[in-house]
Amino acid sequence: MDFLIEVIKVFVVAIMLLNMAAILTWVERKESALVQDRVGPNRASIFGMSLIGLLHPVADAIKMIMKEDFVPQHANRFLFKIAPALAVFPVFVVFAVIPFGDVLQIGERVIKLQIADLNVGILYIFALSSLAVYGVIIGGWASNNKYSLLGGMRAASQMISYEVCMGVTLVGLFMIFGTVELDDLVRYQGELIGGWIPKWGILVQPISFFLFLATAMAENKRIPFDLPEGDSEIVAGYHLEYSGFRFGMFFLGEYAEIVVISALVTTLFFGGWQIPYLYGNGFHFPWGAELAIVPWAVSLLQVGSFSIKVLFFCWLLVLTRWTFPRFRYDQVMRMGWKMILPLALANIVVTGIVLLIFN
Amino acid sequence: MAIVVQRKERLSLAERLYIPILLGGLVVTTRRFFRNLFHPENLVTVQYPEERRPISPQLRFRHRLTKREDGTPRCVACMCCPTACPANCIHIEPQEHSDPTIEKRPARFEIDLSRCVFCGLCVEACPCDAIRMDTGKLGSPSYQLKNMVVDIDFLLKG
Repeated sequence: MDFLIEVIKVFVVAIMLLNMAAILTWVERKESALVQDRVGPNRASIFGMSLIGLLHPVADAIKMIMKEDFVPQHANRFLFKIAPALAVFPVFVVFAVIPFGDVLQIGERVIKLQIADLNVGILYIFALSSLAVYGVIIGGWASNNKYSLLGGMRAASQMISYEVCMGVTLVGLFMIFGTVELDDLVRYQGELIGGWIPKWGILVQPISFFLFLATAMAENKRIPFDLPEGDSEIVAGYHLEYSGFRFGMFFLGEYAEIVVISALVTTLFFGGWQIPYLYGNGFHFPWGAELAIVPWAVSLLQVGSFSIKVLFFCWLLVLTRWTFPRFRYDQVMRMGWKMILPLALANIVVTGIVLLIFN
Repeated sequence: MAIVVQRKERLSLAERLYIPILLGGLVVTTRRFFRNLFHPENLVTVQYPEERRPISPQLRFRHRLTKREDGTPRCVACMCCPTACPANCIHIEPQEHSDPTIEKRPARFEIDLSRCVFCGLCVEACPCDAIRMDTGKLGSPSYQLKNMVVDIDFLLKG
């Protein structure tokens, strides 16, 4: 029975993640259209219904499956074919440790709304997300194309630089909450400062939040950090030679990573599934008012709160893409090593001093 | 004289910090996003096949051949328009006309719309006002090039 519940959880989360990734391609098109005073896609239709363009991801998927799976001459066939899977796999497994709710109580059984509560939590995420660079660089190298190779090299240097910064930015957060376990991190964020303000990560570590958001965007390889793809410089970078669903996997991986990053930012800095003043049996407001809610409704509210926060950050990340221009390559490196890393280190020092004084 | 662009040498502190400038950019796009989300009438997109922008009557449309009072084509197959045509898309085969006061008539008059550049020089060249570009219809797209060659009956219908 426990095993069955685990399997159901894995399926639900995997399907939600895949669907979100597909819907995000629609969000990206519609949002870019609205930002630029256009209407956006509205042509793909079934029985004359276009559902405000929501069928375009479906049409895209069909198109990508039907297309020829092309392997260029002199490419390393094995590595070329395995690279998209290597790039997509880490993105999906990272979601396993993200808690999307507290607990769901059905009868006597208490179900934790998280696939795997690892005690290394965030370290597992760092370990796996740094594996994603292998898919990109192997894809770039195996294509036997100089632009792909350049893209792969850029991806490698960029992702390694920002991986370092990403780890360092979060150290301040761990110092305050004293844990790297994501479920505990979220639980501690439910505490109140002075009985009024929720102790969310963004309130105790605001600088860390901005730095983490920037490094996470760089990890995602999207504008303004899309140097590995850089259409105007190196055509399409590491996935230049890919076609059909292998390209689709790189594409899908990028959007799945947006969801993962949003979920991570939510979990680390915006209280995860927490709603301020909501506890296991209802709302307890600091001014004394109380509102009792049945436990299953509390679980539902928490999952809803997590989803809304994640959707907001997905929206923000897409908006960022359609606002900023691309950095130049040396600017990205300078920003990573000379601005974000020192700031993150200074943040650790200041956090340490403040903790020493107050404890 | 060359134009000297005066560039600001030093970026201000806000510009060097990136974040205030980036937030300003985000505010602009967010405002656009919500304005267009709640007031879609501001969007400039024209849903092309269903709705069309008004076309100026001065535009050079698809050609037509004008007719005499009795319905025969005005064209006297003088070959002025194929001579003027820069795209070589007009093909005329002349024929004797039964009326001795009219010199010739076209047995075939074909325009290859796939080659036509819609320059209007044929209209300028015609001495008899036999060809005009005022049908109000745009060039007809087709899946096969041979379908884009239009004959005299088509041109007379306008």
